Amino acid sequence: MTDPVLGMIMLGSFIFVILLGFPVAFTLTAMGLGFGYLGLGTRVFDLLVQRTYAVMANDVLISVPLFIFMGYVIERANILDRLFRALQMASGGLPGSLAIATLATCALFATATGIVGAVVTLMGLLAFPAMLRAGYDPKLAAGVTCAGGCLGILIPPSIMLILYGATAGESVVRLYAAAFLPGVGLAFLYMVYVLILATVKPGMAPRLPPEERTTPVGQILLALVTSFVPLAVLIGMVLGAILFGLATPSEAAAMGAAGSVLLALLYRSLTFEKLKESVFLTARTTAMVCWLFIGAYIFTSVFGWLGGHHVVEEAVKALDLSPTMFLLLAQVIIFLLGWPLEWTEIVLIFVPIFLPLLGTFEIDPILFGVIVALNLQTSFLTPPVAMAAYYLKGVAPPHVKLSEIFLGCLPFVGIVIFAMGMLYIFPEIATWLPSYLYDNVGGPGQELTVPEGGFTVDEEPALPAFN
Amino acid sequence: MPSRHGAAQVQALLVNVDRISAFIGKVFAWCIVLLTGAIVYEVFARYLFRAPTSWAFDVSYMLYGTLFMMAGAYTLSRQGHVRADFIYRLFPVKVQGGLDFVLYILFFFPGMMALVYFGWDFFNQSYWQNERSSISPDGPYIWPFKFIIPFAGALMILQGLAETARAAIAWRSGAWPDRLHDVEELEVLTLKQAQAAREAEMAAARRAEMPL
Repeated sequence: MTDPVLGMIMLGSFIFVILLGFPVAFTLTAMGLGFGYLGLGTRVFDLLVQRTYAVMANDVLISVPLFIFMGYVIERANILDRLFRALQMASGGLPGSLAIATLATCALFATATGIVGAVVTLMGLLAFPAMLRAGYDPKLAAGVTCAGGCLGILIPPSIMLILYGATAGESVVRLYAAAFLPGVGLAFLYMVYVLILATVKPGMAPRLPPEERTTPVGQILLALVTSFVPLAVLIGMVLGAILFGLATPSEAAAMGAAGSVLLALLYRSLTFEKLKESVFLTARTTAMVCWLFIGAYIFTSVFGWLGGHHVVEEAVKALDLSPTMFLLLAQVIIFLLGWPLEWTEIVLIFVPIFLPLLGTFEIDPILFGVIVALNLQTSFLTPPVAMAAYYLKGVAPPHVKLSEIFLGCLPFVGIVIFAMGMLYIFPEIATWLPSYLYDNVGGPGQELTVPEGGFTVDEEPALPAFN
Repeated sequence: MPSRHGAAQVQALLVNVDRISAFIGKVFAWCIVLLTGAIVYEVFARYLFRAPTSWAFDVSYMLYGTLFMMAGAYTLSRQGHVRADFIYRLFPVKVQGGLDFVLYILFFFPGMMALVYFGWDFFNQSYWQNERSSISPDGPYIWPFKFIIPFAGALMILQGLAETARAAIAWRSGAWPDRLHDVEELEVLTLKQAQAAREAEMAAARRAEMPL
C-alpha cells in the first residue's frame, strides 16, 4: 500500500473511529501511531515524543491555561446576577428588552470566561425563566440564551483563536484584531434581529409593564458601575494590551487572570475554597485541551508525512474550483462536521487539512480563521451535538421541549450564516483592523515588522516528507 | 465473578489509583498560580522597573508544560478527556464497558508506553549532555522538564490500568463502578441542582394531589 493511500484511509476512517466514543485525544494519538508505524516504522514513536515536547514548550499555548484560569475565577465571582439585573434595567425601554439584556450579558460574560456551558446554564436559570414569566415566546427565549452563550468562543480573547493560531502558525494578535469586529458584529446582529422581531411581532416579546420600565437613571448608573463597568474594563484592558502591542497574549492573559482574582476579591466572593476549585478545574481543562493538541499534532503530522495533504490538494485542484467555491465547500464541510463534533476537534484536525490549500486559492489564512470561528458558533446550536441546547434543556422548566429549543436556535444559525456571507463579500470587516493596526508602521505595503513579543510559531503541523 | 470481598478490594485499589493521580495533578495544578505570578512580575519588572527578567520566559513555558502533563492522569480519573460520545451514550453499559476495555488496550496503552520508553531516551540524551535551554541567555537546565514526558506517561498508564479494570467490571456486571469525585464544572452542578429542584417540585405536586 502506498503512503498516500494510507493517508486517505486514515482520514476516511477517522470520523468513524472517533464516534466509537473513546477519548478523542487518545484515539488521535493511536491512529497517528498506527498509520505512522505502517508508513514510517519505529521513527513514529520518536515523532510522538518530539511532538509532545513541542506542545509542552509551545509559547503560544501558554496563554491557554491563563485564560481558562481567568474564566473560572470570574465564573465563580457571583457577578452574573448583578450584570444581568443592571443590563435589564438599562435596556428597560427597548422592545424585547429582556432578550437584549440577555444577549448583552451573555456576550460580555462569555467573552470574559470563554466557558460556554456555564454561561448557558446560569443564564438558563436566571434569564430564561424571567423571559418566560414576561410572556416571551419560549423558542425566542431559548434561542437568545443559547446563541448568546456561544459568543465567548468567538469574541477575543478567545481560546479557539489561540488554538487556531498555534495550529496554523498565524499570529494570535492578528487573529484577535481580525475577529474583534466580526465577533462584536455578530452580537450586534443578534440584537438587531431581536429588536426587529419584538417590534414586528410584539406578541413574541412583550414590552415590560410601564412601572417596571421607569427605574431612576441614578440607580441604573450605579448598577452598571458596580457590575458592567469592572468586567468591561478588565476585558478591554486585556484585549487592548494585546491589540496595541503592549503585551503578548500570554502576558495579557496573566494580567487578566490576576485582575480577575482582584475583581473577585473586591466583590468579596473569593474564598480559598473557590480559588482551589478554579485552580483544579483549570488544570483539568488545560490537560484536556493540551493532550488533545498532542493527539491532533501527531495525527496531522503523520497525515502530512504520508502525503495526505498532497492527495487532498490534488483532488481539490482536479475539481477545478474557483476560490469562492472552495471557500464555500470548506465551510459547508466544517458546518456539517459541527453537527457530530465539537469545535476543538474541528480546529485541531480539519482546519490543518484545509490550510495548505489556502495558498493555492489565495485566501488569507487570518480571514479563513475568522470565518471558521463564526462557522463553529453553529456547532453548539445544531443537533445532534448542540451542547448549548442540551445545557439549556437541563435547567429549563420541564414543559419546554428540546425540539422547541432547537427551533429557537435555528434563526440564530441563520444569522451566523448571514454573517459569514457578509464577511465573505466584505472581507474588510475582518482584515481592516489588523492591517490598520500593524501594517502602517513604516509606510504602506511594508513587510510586517511589528514586534510580536516572541510570538512566532516555528513548527507547523504540516511538514513535508523527510525521506 | 469474584467474591463480594474480592470486589470490595478491587474497588479500594481503583480508588487508591484515583487518589494518586488526583494528588499529583492537584499539586501541580498550582503551577497556574505560579505562572500567573511569574508573568505578572515580568510585566511589572519590564514596564515599571525597566528591568526585564531573563528567566521569565523559560519559567513560564516550563510551568505551563508541567501543569498540563501532570494533570493528564488526574483528568483521566475524572473522565475529563473529551469524547465524541453522542452515539456511545446511547449504548447499554455492558457495550460501553466492552468497547472501552478493547479500546483502552488498542488505543491508549501503545501511545502511553511509547511516551515512557522513547520519552526516557529523549530525557536520557538530554541528561547526559547536561542540556540547557537555548531560548534565553540564562539557559536553565532543560532535562528535568524533559523527564516529565516519561513520568507523565507512566502516571497515565497507571490510571489507564484502573480505567481498563473499570471498563471490564462494567462489561461483566452492567454497571459502572464508583469513582472519586471532587470539584465539578459549574454547569454540571447547576444541572444537578435544577434536576433536584424539579424532582422536589414534582414530589410536592404529587403530595398536593393526593387526598389526605
